[in-house]
Amino acid sequence: MILVELTKLFRRRRTWVAVGLLNLLPTIVAVLLAVTGIAPRPGQGPAFLAAVQANGSLFAIAALAVVLPLFLPVAVAVVAGESVAGEAQSGTLRYLLVRPVGRTRLLVAKLVAASAFVLVSVLTVVLVGFVVGRLALGNAPIGQAMISVSGTVLTPGQVAWRTVLAIGFVTFSMLGVAAMALFLSTVTDSPQTASLGAMALLIGSSLLLTVDAARPLQPYVPTRYWLSFVDLYREPVLLSSIDRGVGLQAIYVVVLLGAAWANFATKDVTS
Amino acid sequence: MAGSDPVVATRALVKHFGPVKAVDGIDLTVDVGEIYGFLGANGSGKTTTVRLLLGLVLATSGEIELFGRPMPRSGGEVLHRVGSLVEGPAAYGHLSGATNLALLDASARMPAGPVGSSRSGRAARRARVRDAMDLVGLGAVGRRKVSAYSLGMRQRLGIAAALLRQPELLVLDEPTNGLDPQGIREVRQLLVELNHGGTTILLSSHLLAEVEQLCTRIGLLDRGRLVLQESVDTLRAPTGRTLVVTPDADAAHALLDGRVATRDGDRLLVETTDAAALNARLVAAGIRVVELGPERRTLEEVVAERTSERQAGEVAR
Repeated sequence: MILVELTKLFRRRRTWVAVGLLNLLPTIVAVLLAVTGIAPRPGQGPAFLAAVQANGSLFAIAALAVVLPLFLPVAVAVVAGESVAGEAQSGTLRYLLVRPVGRTRLLVAKLVAASAFVLVSVLTVVLVGFVVGRLALGNAPIGQAMISVSGTVLTPGQVAWRTVLAIGFVTFSMLGVAAMALFLSTVTDSPQTASLGAMALLIGSSLLLTVDAARPLQPYVPTRYWLSFVDLYREPVLLSSIDRGVGLQAIYVVVLLGAAWANFATKDVTS
Repeated sequence: MAGSDPVVATRALVKHFGPVKAVDGIDLTVDVGEIYGFLGANGSGKTTTVRLLLGLVLATSGEIELFGRPMPRSGGEVLHRVGSLVEGPAAYGHLSGATNLALLDASARMPAGPVGSSRSGRAARRARVRDAMDLVGLGAVGRRKVSAYSLGMRQRLGIAAALLRQPELLVLDEPTNGLDPQGIREVRQLLVELNHGGTTILLSSHLLAEVEQLCTRIGLLDRGRLVLQESVDTLRAPTGRTLVVTPDADAAHALLDGRVATRDGDRLLVETTDAAALNARLVAAGIRVVELGPERRTLEEVVAERTSERQAGEVAR
């Protein structure tokens, strides 16, 4: 069933359009930087964007920071929100269930497919970011050391494995959104409603992070630790936010998936 | 198959949607080898009952058994023996018909049992898909996407999906919807062939003529209640009266005085089962006979008699 879901997802043109658009924004940013040569001052703008003029390879990480706050979660919300509600809307849900595909199995397969989409998206962003950065921006030798966020020097090897960790962290961070969209997707028969609902959660969460009066809530909103992946490029790696981010996401994922399962397993499928 | 267990059995099946009683205490039985016609007006609860049988909708109370196993608890074990078409076909428009069927085939595990074509593997799957497409006359459509299919082709694809894996029970909701007369004939013929091969069929429809031609037994739903469950032969058995059509209606009426049940213009209904003797008597009396034979009720009459009149302005629930 998991294989079937992956086939359905990746044989859809829309999936690849989403991945393409996701890569378009960082590419535009890279081209603009290359043409104008105006980089944000260190400490301003998206993380790492200040450093890419000197070392284009770092644009892989900068690209991630560019899409992370909005583009990536929106794409995830669309794909995950579509998962069950889309089948309900097209009428294929009933034929899957009577095949029979167990409801829990279907939900798990949908979650795996959504996670696969997140991973593929993040990987392509990093990869395309790297290539575009090398081509358009500072063409420093690949072996050149990088200055960490803390000001010390990181070897290319260190940067590489930290980037792998960052990919993992970002992917996991997106699972909260995916779980929210999946839950809403079992509640409504309209994929748009499910996607927009998940986006509303994101926007609400981001908004609370900017309001000082909401400070007591801030450690618990889902987007709080997303950009903490930057901490992976400190020396030594600053793990406190990363840990908390992973823990918080895990709670969101477990609670929302539990809700999705509880709702879907006993739901009247009338679509 | 477990001897004489009915294929489908429900006891006091009830389903409420909020305040609406969609299904209100249904005892339905479909036996092995039957073509069961499930009749009822729009909104009478047909589709809800079908969804209950397949475990898509969960009953408020009552029991459901498929192949003698409780539903929806045993769905995982018995549903692979069922093929269904519920409320119209559905497929992924961006994929071809064959790919749709292949994905559907791959989505559920193959039963380990000795069921017909339980071979797994790609080649076997491709063969199954091709067989199903051929059966419904879609063998030649090639790789065309379903979004480019006509209504009739989609309906055929839906039937092909139901036939995948040679089910023992077919649950078909309006299977001839959207088909042209030729297509309707083909589907009817296909169903008869499948039934001869041992497939039990539950056919839900509001086309009485279709049901009358195909089905061996019917169940009639009215406002969530099963008001009639009877074999078609019994329903259509002679009523014990003989219909006479004659231009000499007055003379015939006088001759058969006391035995004429009703008279409507030149049509007389006579209380007798012996049509031949009646004919001889009329002819002997010089009365011209246009038409004469035992009265049989049509399904339409039976249905009209058993179904309560819809209130003026009452919308299907």
